[in-house]
Amino acid sequence: MQQLLTFTIIGLSTGAIYAVVASGLVVTYTTSGIFNLAHGATGMLAAFTYWQLRFDWDVPAPIALFLTLFVLCPLFGALTERVVMRGLQGTTEVVRLSVTVALFAFMIGLANWVWPSDSSREAFLKFFEGNSVSIAGINVSWHRIITFGCAILVAIVLRLLLFRTRMGVAMRAVVDDRNLTELNGGRPDRVSMFAWALSATLAGLAGILLAGEQQLNIEPLVLLVINAYAAAIIGRLKNLPLTFLGAAVLGLLDSYYLAYSDESWFPQSAFGFSLAGIRAAIPTIVLFIALTRPQSRLRAGIVRFREETRVPEWSTSILGAVSLVAVVVAISGMLTRSNTLLLLNGFTMAIVALSLVPLTGYAGQMSLAPLTFAGLGAIAMAKLPGDGNIATFVLAVVIVAVAGGIVALPALRLSGIYLALSTAAFAVLVTKLIFNQKQTFQSGNIAVPILKIPFVEIDSPRGRLILTATAFSLLGLLVVAVRRSRLGRRLIALKDSPAAAATLGMNLTRTKVAAFALSAGIGACAGALAGDKVSPQQYDFTQSLPVVLLAVVGGVGTVGGALFGGLLLGGNSVLASVVPSLKNVSKILPGTIGITLGRNPSGAATQTAEAFRVLKGRWNLLAVVGAGAFVIWALTAADVLSHWTFVVTGVVWFLAVAPNLPLVVDSSSARRATAVVYLAAGLVITAAIDWSTALDVTGQRLIAIVILVAVIGLGAQRIMESGPRVRADSPDVIGLDRDFSGEEIEHAERELRVVIR
Amino acid sequence: MSLLYVDRVMVRFGGVTAVDGVNLLARAGEVTGLIGPNGAGKTTLFNVISGMQEPTGGSVSLDSVDITDLPAHKRAQRGMARTFQRLELFGSLSVRDNIKVAAELAALTNVNAIVDEMIERVGIADIADRPAGDLPTGSARLVEIARALATRPKLLLLDEPASGLDESESERLGDLLRTLAATGLGVLLVEHDMGLVMKVCDVIYVLDLGQIIAHGTPNEIQHDPKVLEAYLGAS
Repeated sequence: MQQLLTFTIIGLSTGAIYAVVASGLVVTYTTSGIFNLAHGATGMLAAFTYWQLRFDWDVPAPIALFLTLFVLCPLFGALTERVVMRGLQGTTEVVRLSVTVALFAFMIGLANWVWPSDSSREAFLKFFEGNSVSIAGINVSWHRIITFGCAILVAIVLRLLLFRTRMGVAMRAVVDDRNLTELNGGRPDRVSMFAWALSATLAGLAGILLAGEQQLNIEPLVLLVINAYAAAIIGRLKNLPLTFLGAAVLGLLDSYYLAYSDESWFPQSAFGFSLAGIRAAIPTIVLFIALTRPQSRLRAGIVRFREETRVPEWSTSILGAVSLVAVVVAISGMLTRSNTLLLLNGFTMAIVALSLVPLTGYAGQMSLAPLTFAGLGAIAMAKLPGDGNIATFVLAVVIVAVAGGIVALPALRLSGIYLALSTAAFAVLVTKLIFNQKQTFQSGNIAVPILKIPFVEIDSPRGRLILTATAFSLLGLLVVAVRRSRLGRRLIALKDSPAAAATLGMNLTRTKVAAFALSAGIGACAGALAGDKVSPQQYDFTQSLPVVLLAVVGGVGTVGGALFGGLLLGGNSVLASVVPSLKNVSKILPGTIGITLGRNPSGAATQTAEAFRVLKGRWNLLAVVGAGAFVIWALTAADVLSHWTFVVTGVVWFLAVAPNLPLVVDSSSARRATAVVYLAAGLVITAAIDWSTALDVTGQRLIAIVILVAVIGLGAQRIMESGPRVRADSPDVIGLDRDFSGEEIEHAERELRVVIR
Repeated sequence: MSLLYVDRVMVRFGGVTAVDGVNLLARAGEVTGLIGPNGAGKTTLFNVISGMQEPTGGSVSLDSVDITDLPAHKRAQRGMARTFQRLELFGSLSVRDNIKVAAELAALTNVNAIVDEMIERVGIADIADRPAGDLPTGSARLVEIARALATRPKLLLLDEPASGLDESESERLGDLLRTLAATGLGVLLVEHDMGLVMKVCDVIYVLDLGQIIAHGTPNEIQHDPKVLEAYLGAS
C-alpha cells in the first residue's frame, strides 16, 4: 500500500511534466496547424540555457528562471514563428512536419555543439534540493511539489487566458477560421506568434523541471516528450483537460511499471521476445491505442499545393539512370576506400529516400519510419537461408513489403499528422521490441550477406558501391514506371483529393496499402543490399528523421530528389569525418537546410531541374554544353587536368555555366558581355587550379565546389539583373483565375500606363 | 421505376438538424432538380447520397438496392458519380489524366477512347493537356463533369455545376444535361441558377431548413406559395 502510494505520487509528478509539455504542443497546433516535433528539443535547449545561467555563470535562481522562461523562451518561440513557420501557410502537412523535424535536428545539433557531453553538468540541482515534506507518511520532495504546482498553475492560467482575455478569444478565433479572423480585422500572425512564444515557455518550464528529475542529457530530454505527444493525441490535439488526464495516465503507467516490473507475476517475455524494452514502449503503445480513435472522415475541401512536379519522361529517366551508373563506375576507381564507403552510404540512403517517393511524394502519406523497413530488410536477408542469393533477396523484400502493407492497416484510417505519428510509434516499437532483442542482433550486430549475382563476383567496397548505385537506378526506373502507370495516377489522385477519388470508385484503403507495401519493399532493398555487418543503431527511429527530412529537402516527389537527399546525407557525413573543424557545422547543416523548406517547398532537385528546363529544345545551346563537356574530358584524358580538377570543372560547367547560357544569349542587357567574361573567367580559373593538390581533403573540395557553383552561377545572374527574366510569376502578372496572356499584359500596360514586368 | 430513392433521411450535427426526414426520388432519363436557400442542407444531402456522410436515420437506395451502409467507393462502383461544389480536381494531374483515372477506376476497357469521347462531349479539348490545378473555375467544373461521366454512371449528382460558368457556357451545360438524360442517365442537380434549373429539370424538389417543402414540375414550383416564402421571406 505504502509502495503503491509512493509510486502514485511519483507517477503524478511525472505526469505533471508531461501535461505542461503537451499543453504547449496543443497551443501551437491549434493556432497555427503545425504539430511541432521540435517541442521537446525546445525544452531541452531551455534546460541547458538555465543550467548555463544558474550553475555555470552563478546567476541567482529566480533571475535565471525569469531570464530563461520569460525572456529567452518567448523570444525564441516568437522568432521561430516569424522566421520559419509563417512561410508554411498553404503548404502540405508533409512539408510542415518536415520543417519541424528540421528544427528538431538543428536544435540537437546546436546543443551538441555548444554543450558537448560532459559529466560535470549532471549536477543539475533540483529546486530546494534535499528538502521534503511528509504527506500521509510518505516523503515528497519539494521539487515534486513544485512540479505539481506548476502543472496546476499552467492549467489555470491557460484556462483564464483562453476564455477571459482578448488574446485568448483571438486565439480561439484563429483556430476556428484563420481567413475569417483576418477579414474581421483580427491579426492571425500576431496571434500565432504569441502562441509560439507561450508554447516555448511551457516547453522550457517542463524541460527545467524534467532536468531536475532526471539528468541534464540531450537525448532523454528530447525523447521523453514522446510521452507528451501521446498525451496531446489523447486530447485530440485540441482538448486541454483530456490532455492533462492523458498525461497523468502516462505518468502513472510509467511509474507503476517501475514499481512492479520485478514482481514475479509480471510477464518477462511474450512469444519468446523479451519484454525488457517495454517501458520505453509504453508511450508508443498508448499513442497507438489513442490513434485508433480519430477516424478520418472523407472531407471535401481541396488543398492547394505549392509544390509541383511533372510526369517524368521515359527518355530522360533511362538516360539519367544509365549515366548515373556510368559516372559511379568511372569515379569509383579514383576514390579511396573510406570515400567509397561514404558514397556507398549515400546511395543506400538514397534508396531509403526513394522509398518515400511513391508513398509521401505521390500518395501524400507521411511516414517517419523509412529506415525501419530497411532494418527489417537487413534482418530478413541475414536470417533467411540461401546466404544472399537472388531468391533470398527477393523473398526478403517481399516479406518486408507484405509486412509493410499489414502494418499500415491500423494506420490507414488516419491521415496527416495522426498517420505520421503512428508511423513514428511503429518505428519506436520495432526498435525497442525487435531491433534491441538479443535474439535479433547477437553481439550487437549482424552480418548481412552480399547479394550473389550470377557471373559477377562482388567482394570489394567498390563493387558494392556499383551494385548499390545500379540498384538505385533500377528502383528509380521502377518508381518512374509506377508514376506513369495506372497505380501512379491513383496515388496522386489519393493525395490531391481523397473525396473525389472515393466517390469515383477508388478503394482508398487498398490504394494506401499498395503505397505502403511498395515503399516498404523499396526500403527493404536498401537494408538487404547492406552486404556488411549492420547494427540496430543504424536503423533507429531517430536516424529515420534526417532521411525523411533530406528526402523532402531534395524533393520527395521525384527520383532525382531522393538521390539528392540521400547523397546530401552521405555528403554530410563526409564533411564530418574528413574535416574535423567543420564537424559542428555539419551537425546543424541538415536542420538548417530543412528550415529553408518553407521558402522552397518543391525541393532542391525540382529547382535545379527548373533551371535546366530553360535549355530544353535549344539544340544549339545543348550542343555548346556537350562540346564544353567533351573539351573538359579531353583535357583530362590528355593529362592536362587532374582528376579532381576534372570533377570540379565539370560540376561548375554543368551547374553554374550551362543554366546561364540561355540567359546570356537572350539578354538584351548591355552587361551581357560582362557576364560572358565573368563566366569564362570563372571557368578558366577553376580549371587552372590543380584541385588534387590545392586542397588535400575531399570534404574541403566538396565545399569548394558548392561555393564555386554559387559564386559563378549566381554572380553571372546578378550581373545581368536588368535583362529579361525567364518567368516572372508575380501576382500582378497572374490574372484573377488564370494567367494573363502576353497580349493582355501589354493591353493592361497600355491602359494603366504602367510597366507590369 | 425509381433510380435513386432517399427515404426519410435525417442528419444531425450535435444539436443541429441539417437534414430532417427528407424523401426524394430520382428517375433514370430525367433531370431532377434540388433547390433551396443557402444552408438548406443540399450539400449535406448530397454527401449522404454519395456516401461521404453517414445519416443519423433513414435509408438510401439505388436501383431498389439499399446502399445506406455502403462506403463511397462501392456506391460509385454501382453506378453513382458526383461533382463537388468546391472543386475537387486532382490538381497535379493533367485534365486528360483526371478523366483517365475515373475511367480506369470504373474498370472499363478501351480507356483512352472513353477519355477522348468525354473530352469531346463536354468540349474541353483545348485544355486537355494542362495541369488541372491551373484551370479557371468554369473549365474546372466541366472537367469534373467529364471525369464523373467517364465512370459511365447510371446516376450523376451535380453540386452547383453552373457557378463560375458564363452565360453561354451555362447554356451549353443545360443542353449537355438534356442530351445525357435522353440517353437514359439520371441526373440530380443542385443549382442556384434558376434559369438553368427551370429549363432543364423534369422534377424539382425544394429544400428549406432541412425539409422538403415542395416538389413538382418547374411550372408548379414557380407558383408554389411556400417556395416563394422560403426564397423571398414574404408570404
